[in-house]
Amino acid sequence: MTQMLEAPHIAPQEPKTIAKVAIVISKGSLEGIYPGLIMANGARMEGIEADLFFTFFGLDAIRKDRFEKIKVATVGNPGLHMPTLLGAIPGASALVTGMMKRQMEKIDIPPIPEFVELVADSGAKLYACKATVDMFDLSMDDFVPQVEDIISVGEFYEKAAGGQIIFT
Amino acid sequence: MTTLEIAETTVDVDAEGFLTHPDQWNEQIAEEIARESGIPELTDRHWLVVRFMRDRYLATGTAPSIRSLGKESGVPIKELYELFPKGPAKLAAKIGGIPKPRGCI
Repeated sequence: MTQMLEAPHIAPQEPKTIAKVAIVISKGSLEGIYPGLIMANGARMEGIEADLFFTFFGLDAIRKDRFEKIKVATVGNPGLHMPTLLGAIPGASALVTGMMKRQMEKIDIPPIPEFVELVADSGAKLYACKATVDMFDLSMDDFVPQVEDIISVGEFYEKAAGGQIIFT
Repeated sequence: MTTLEIAETTVDVDAEGFLTHPDQWNEQIAEEIARESGIPELTDRHWLVVRFMRDRYLATGTAPSIRSLGKESGVPIKELYELFPKGPAKLAAKIGGIPKPRGCI
């Protein structure tokens, strides 16, 4: 027997806006890093406060020695619709990365180094994850100058207080 | 379509107050929208950005991205956010009397 549920009465509310976001970037591939940067930049463009927390291989996005060499993962990436063995051929990742970068340039998405600078200049704060920094034996010297600090998870939550957390 | 009385002129606006017909715009309208958006006075630097946005929109049909705004307007990104803390591209478009930029960048 079907029963009609009474529609709940919800008082109409003014549409709320997000005032603050804290975005975690945890992956080191091109497709792992861009979404977080795009969301941070988009937040700032709307006047929303944004913090960025780089953890695990996401740290590659702010490492001086690596952030110019970020590649698309061509193995284990079903989104590419490409046979795994083909993706494993030397140069496949570089080729796909080159193609994707050209597409992005066409729609005015900056390369990662320029994007990190743009996001920082727009007022977003960049932080590196302390656990990962310790694990990989890194220090502030390894990071681009836009990185504010190396902070623990607890400190990240303090900074994120009152906002939305986005994990990518 | 909503109409709004700004600086003694009737203009067509969208739900967020962006002009839908850029030809209805004038400098008095710009100044009034700026005041309502929390910018008490438009400086030369504000005008540089507003005019760049508007001219680019009128020439190409789309508003520039924040990236090209920072590279080509003559005002760097940091200063753009100082001038328009609530979002440079969005606010400059609103003040410049062009539709809200739809791009993600």
